Order: sequence, then structure tokens, then C-alpha cells
Amino acid sequence: MTKLNSKIPEGKLKDKWSNYKAHQNLVNPANKRKIDVIVVGTGLAGGAAAASLAELGFKVKNFCYQDSPRRAHSIAAQGGINAAKNYPNDGDTVYRLFYDTIKGGDYRARESNVYRLAEVSNSIIDQSVAQGVPFAREYGGLLDNRSFGGALVSRTFYARGQTGQQLLLGAYSGLSRQIGLGNVEMFNRTELMDIVVIDGKARGIVTRNLITGKIESHFGHAVVLATGGYGNVFFLSTNAMGSNGSAAWKAYKKGAFMSNPCFVQIHPTAIPQHGDFQSKLTLMSESLRNDGRIWVPRKKEDAVAIREGKKRPEDLPDEDRDFYLERRYPAFGNLVPRDVAARAAKERTDAGFGIENNPKKEGVYLDFKYAIKRLGRDAIEERYGNLFQMYEKITDDNPYKTPMKIFPAIHYSMGGIWVDYELQTTIPGLFAAGEANFSDHGANRLGASALMQGLADGYFVLPYTIQNYLAYEFDTPRMDPKTQKEFKKTEDEVKARIDKLMNIKGKQSVDSFHKRLGRVMWDKVGMARDGKGLQTAINEIKQIRKEFWQDLKIPGEKETLNVELEKANRVADFLELGELMARDALARKESCGGHFRTEYRSEEGEAKRNDAEYMYVAAWEYKGDNKEPALHKEPLQYEEIEVKTRNYKTA
Amino acid sequence: MASKNINLKLKVWRQENAKSKGQFENYDLKNISTDSSFLEMIDVLNEQLVGENKEPVAFDHDCREGICGMCSLFINGQAHGPDSLITTCQLHMRKFKDGETITIEPWRVGSFPVIKDLMVDRTAYEKIMQAGGFVSVNTGGIPDANAIPIPKPNADEAMDAAACIGCGACVATCKNSSAMLFVSAKVSQLALLPQGRVEASIRAKNMVAKMDELGFGNCSNTGACEMECPKGITLAHIARLNREFLCANVKD
Repeated sequence: MTKLNSKIPEGKLKDKWSNYKAHQNLVNPANKRKIDVIVVGTGLAGGAAAASLAELGFKVKNFCYQDSPRRAHSIAAQGGINAAKNYPNDGDTVYRLFYDTIKGGDYRARESNVYRLAEVSNSIIDQSVAQGVPFAREYGGLLDNRSFGGALVSRTFYARGQTGQQLLLGAYSGLSRQIGLGNVEMFNRTELMDIVVIDGKARGIVTRNLITGKIESHFGHAVVLATGGYGNVFFLSTNAMGSNGSAAWKAYKKGAFMSNPCFVQIHPTAIPQHGDFQSKLTLMSESLRNDGRIWVPRKKEDAVAIREGKKRPEDLPDEDRDFYLERRYPAFGNLVPRDVAARAAKERTDAGFGIENNPKKEGVYLDFKYAIKRLGRDAIEERYGNLFQMYEKITDDNPYKTPMKIFPAIHYSMGGIWVDYELQTTIPGLFAAGEANFSDHGANRLGASALMQGLADGYFVLPYTIQNYLAYEFDTPRMDPKTQKEFKKTEDEVKARIDKLMNIKGKQSVDSFHKRLGRVMWDKVGMARDGKGLQTAINEIKQIRKEFWQDLKIPGEKETLNVELEKANRVADFLELGELMARDALARKESCGGHFRTEYRSEEGEAKRNDAEYMYVAAWEYKGDNKEPALHKEPLQYEEIEVKTRNYKTA
Repeated sequence: MASKNINLKLKVWRQENAKSKGQFENYDLKNISTDSSFLEMIDVLNEQLVGENKEPVAFDHDCREGICGMCSLFINGQAHGPDSLITTCQLHMRKFKDGETITIEPWRVGSFPVIKDLMVDRTAYEKIMQAGGFVSVNTGGIPDANAIPIPKPNADEAMDAAACIGCGACVATCKNSSAMLFVSAKVSQLALLPQGRVEASIRAKNMVAKMDELGFGNCSNTGACEMECPKGITLAHIARLNREFLCANVKD
């Protein structure tokens, strides 16, 4: 029945990747020159893939919507990158990293992919150091590590609070070198509008030049989407303003399956929202939970007094503070995984202990008083100085003196385009890498694992697996998009959609629709969901979508720089994706990881999985605009791991 | 700090495209929360303009947390506005007074032509990086990351330089439109590390040659760039670039 073939290689888990590489097809060096590969996105996955494929000899065309590949949102990752180096001699192994990632993902990720991820993690650190990434070091000159949530070992490498920036600039330097050598043709300020499929294979893309508004086509023997996550469906998130789900959505509409779209990560430590004008939420790195202690007042009257400005948090004695993570999860304490920490914050604020004076009284404290006392201010400043500075600029509060205010925010999409072991989608020749695919994080991603996965896909997985496809493509002649009719047809469809958007000529701005969608998503498809709310969400999203297509206003012209048109294009897709997310959440009648259905919880209030019925990857197939999508299921089989209830209370 | 609402007069540079002549337009903006960021204030202006059927002001921005380097506004004559060690997106309205007039311009640099309104084309930076801002290693076949110990002070100093976000504030601030601080940040970062040391001279030479070719001015050591750099990149890196550049030419 199912159309899904995950192509997991034969053999024992630890041998699968070696076996795959030993037997896969490769393209010979002379033929690589005859092959064009399109890579969309220049973040860790896209930038690393574009550079690595070009180094191998393929002709690469790389696209980004920003003015430079260096601006992709991977750059904003703060805390670190995991690897199983075991430099601290604290008992880490490839197996343990694999195990922690599967467990952290609440047993909803594919075992073989995750094992491979853990296996290649060490090479990423070697690669980055060789590029000149200035990771933090000990006085002896060797690399330093710190701990992150969901692990009992210190396996996280970091470059101050800007690890994502440094890793991205490493990949960007490799990419720049290949652009300079003429092996990569770079298209900045260019947005993907659609994917061209010819005889069942991905053969190229149609783009819009964001400066001139010109619609153009590009041919590739294969297309790689490394276009990141779709967290901006919530309007407010930690994503960049331009981050969007449109490339994934176009792929879905062309026949690629969308997997587990309801699995989104809510990061426990962002700066709380403070007004309607707010355009985004700023993350405070998970690394801060190494040294910060999370608390709310023990007494409700203290919470009220703090919200009203009548009491200062630093004046509250320890016995009046509820360190609720340490209380509920003694083994992991403040370093429980993100989903657990986020829900615990919601539980306390829902109960009336929130400390921020915003509409929903949402906010908890992250306090460095204890660490400063233990280690001294200098040590804390060295570790987190730039984060503290950023916090102070935004909030006008000094976190060395008063605890930080934090609250969960939408951060990362575990769900994404369905891919097999080779990172190939259900459309032959269309690949998805990094956050854009669904494969490695299950229902919850552990901290410092996004950088690991992006670079693993880009440097060490895709450059291999794509060749198993391209080995059969080197004698396909390059197509001329100007004369090829499928390209022309797709271009016409793109132009028709833009005309349709421009011709609505209604009264409401794109942002007003986006904010309305975001509110529905956050309230009903957010940190806690239930069947009734999800059904309401589906109806409400349909209504907003209907109004959008009747009353949207876009000033300006289409054949020029038009930011409102760019946003409209993305929001139009979010208005469909949001519905699929709600649908997926509705169909998954269990709680797991970041997906918390209030109907399905244990007596202690923890997420309650239903492995008997839901231990599968949901893969949705598009069936037409007014038709219900079809749900395919990829059963998850755990051969090496015993599936257990996640427990962060005891080791 | 308690937030309050303020009223502002904005003087914004509007320019249709690279070829057209631009001019300042005046806008009144009411009830802006001092807790909002500078770019959120422009969002409010743009919503207002869309409401009046006018074209919103085009400006570059993306991450809005001070790290992508996309935002690039010259505010009241200062790159990234009246606060230190921040980008425009991190500037908050509590730095402004009720009734204040705020002048907003794009970077004014010959090598960064205006695309529209407040948006400029920084492709020149890309070309400089492509000329040498890398270590020539391919993916794979790399020795263990701990094979070469690096003294912590060197790693830390390399990190100081590597913090550059490529926004262009240094060039926009420099009276000569020199890109020396930007180039030196990369040259210095890689020269400090054994991995980058191998190509240090040739890198300096190639990047400087490209910078000159693209029309950036010379450095006259006034230090304005250092004052306005949102990431605190210091002139010491320019000194290191000069040393590398000199050595490269002596060797020739």
C-alpha cells in the first residue's frame, strides 16, 4: 500500500553507513563536470552541500533570498554543536550520542539516519577547525566542551555564544572559494517560486529576482532544498523575518510528502513577548541553562507583586523561590530537554506564577546569581558575555544583577519534507537537507543538534548519497529552460499566481493576515493542543485564507522590488501549511516530544506516547487544492534501542 | 524600565532604484512604544503607508537579533544609530526622545550602490571574500581537531576578529570609504590560527588587491570604523593586516 521506501541499508546499525558507501554508485570525475546541481539555501546544510559538491567537480547553482549566503539564519544559532569526540573523557560514544538523540526525540526518528548522524559528527568538528572556526579552547590549547539539555555528558563544542555564526562562516568561506573558482554560480536576492518536474524527475526551479521582479528558470540534474524550517507560520518565532516554508510547500504540491508537520520545537528560553508591535522573539541560548537556575515565586502573591513592579525578584529569598525543574526532574534539573522545560514553564504560568506583566502574564526567571557567586562574574562574562549584552539591549535590564526573564517561543521545525536514507524525497532527483527535512530529530530536537545535522547533511551525507542518483543522470543532456515546455508551463503558473495576488486589490495588509494566522497557531496548535481546538483551528485558518484571497492589499508593482509581494507569497503558503500542521496534530492521538495533546498525558502531567498505534512517521500526500491530503505511514522499527518512557527524573 | 509611547518625525531617504535620484520624505509617527526596536518602528511606518496605498520603505533586515549583518541604516548621522556595539535591529526606541526628528539614510558608499530607498548592494564584500577569505581545504580528509593545539589567547583573538558580521558600517562610517576593517577581520582571524597561517600572505595580498579594484578607499587610521563597529572589531586587526600585506610584498 505505502509508497514509502526508506531505503535503509542492510546490515547491523553500526555497519549500515559503511555498507552503503561501499556499495553505492559514484560519478566519475570527468562526468561530474557534465552535471548541474541546484542547491536552494545557503545555511549550514545548503552552504556546506554547495561547497562540497563543487569541490567534487559538479557544477553547482546556489540560491538565497538574502543579499549574501553568509546571512542564512543558521548564523543565529548560539549555543553549540554536538559531537561524540569524548574529549572530556566523560563516557561519550557514538552510540550514546545516537541514543540520546533518539530518546530526546521521544522515539519518533528513524534509527538508521540518527546513527549515521552520530557517526559523522566528529568529522564536522575536524572540518570546521581546518576551516579556521575559532572554537573555544582550554589553556592547554585543546578544544573545550560544555553540556546541553538531554545529555549526561559534555559534548557540545562552541564559539562563545555565536557558534552558528562561526560554523556558517566556515561553510561560507568554502562556498566563497568555490564561487571564486567558478564552480558555483551564486544567485543572491533570488527566491524559489516553484520546482520543475519533468517525466517524474526534478529538473530545475523557477525563481523570482527580488530586485527586478523577473521570473527566471534554472535547470539542474538534481535539486537540493536546504531551505530551513517553517516556524514563521506562527508569525512570532525565533526565525529570521524572511525564513519561510514556501520551498517545502512547493515541493509538497509537486508530489513530495510532508512529514510530521505538527512537530515544532518550542524553545524554553526566549525573551518574553511584550507588545503587539513585536516582530520576532529573541532566543537566549540553551547553554545558559548550564549555569542559570530557572525559577518562579513559590507564592502567588509574590508573582503578582513582581508583575506589578512592587517587588524585585533579586529581593526574594531562596526559600520563596520554586526551582521547579530541579524539583520535578532531579536527575537532569535545569538541563532537561527543551519540550519538557517549555511545558514546565507553561504549567507554572498557567497556574498563575508567571512574572512578566504582558497580556498573558507569561514569563519565568533564569537566574545567574548562584553561578556568579560560585565562579565569579568574569567567568560568566567570558561564557555568555554577548548573550547578556544582547539581553540588556533588548530589555534594558542587567542580567548580572537581576534574573533574566524568559518564556518559551517557537524555534525549530522537526517536521519537514519526507526523505529516505539518501535524503531523497518522493520526487526522484529532489533532495532535502538540514531543517527542511524531517529525518533526525523525531518529535523533539536536543540542543546543539541542529548545527550537527545541517553540517552532517551538507558535508558528509548528501555529497555521497546524491551520487547514487546522479550516476544514472550524467548522460542526460543539459536542458535549455527557454525552449523546454515544462519550464515554460511552470513559469506561466508562477506568473499567474503573482498576478492573482496583485489583482486582489483589497484592504488588508499581509502582516495583518499573518498575525491572525499566528494567533490561531499559537493558541491552538502551539505548546498544548486538543482535538476540539485543532478542529477549530482548521476552520479558522480556512476562513483567514478565504479572506486573504479576497481582501489582500499589495501596493506597488510586480516587476520591481516589492517586499509586500514577497511576504504575500510566503504567507499564502503558510495559510495552507498551517492547516496541514493542525490536521497532522489532530491525527496523532498521542503526546510525544513537542507535540502535546492535553487528552493524552500521564498522571504526573507528562507526555504520554501511544507506541502501539503511533510509532510511525506521518507522511502527507497532496491530493489537490480542495481535497483532503492522504496520510501515509512509515513504521519506525527500533532494532538497537529499547523503547522506553522518557524519564529525566532519575539517571 | 517602564515603557512609554512617543511621537516622532521621520526624515527618510526614498529612492526608486539605483539610477534614479533620491530625496528625503517626511513622515509623522505617533504612539511608538519605547520598548519597540528601531525596525519595529519602521514596520509601524510601513503598515501606515500600506494603509494609505503608498509604497512601504524598502530596507534590509532579516534575523533581527544582531547577527546576520543584513540591516544597515545610517541614523542621525551614525551607522546603526545612537548606541554602541549594536546593529540597527538591536537599537531600541528608548534611545529617542518624544517629538524627536530622526533622519534615516542608507549607507553612502560608492562601492555599495543604493538598490532602493535604504537598501544597498554589498556584492563588493562578496567579491573580496571570494578573492581569499578562506582556508583552501576541501571537505573531508582532515586530521583530528585536537591534533594541533592552539594557544587560548590566539584562539580568543581570532574569535574577536571572526565576530565580524559583514554589515558594512565600517565602510559607511569611514571618510575614505575604506574596507580595511572588514578585510582585516578575516585576514587577522585566519593569520592567528595555524590552519590559516599557511596562506596568510597570499590571502592578504589577494583580498587587498580586490578591495582596491572595487574602489574602496585607503585607510588613514582615523579609527572611526572601530567606533561604529557593532561587533567591536579593533584597529589592531588592521595593524596585523598591514604586517601580512607588507611581508607578502617583501617576499615578492
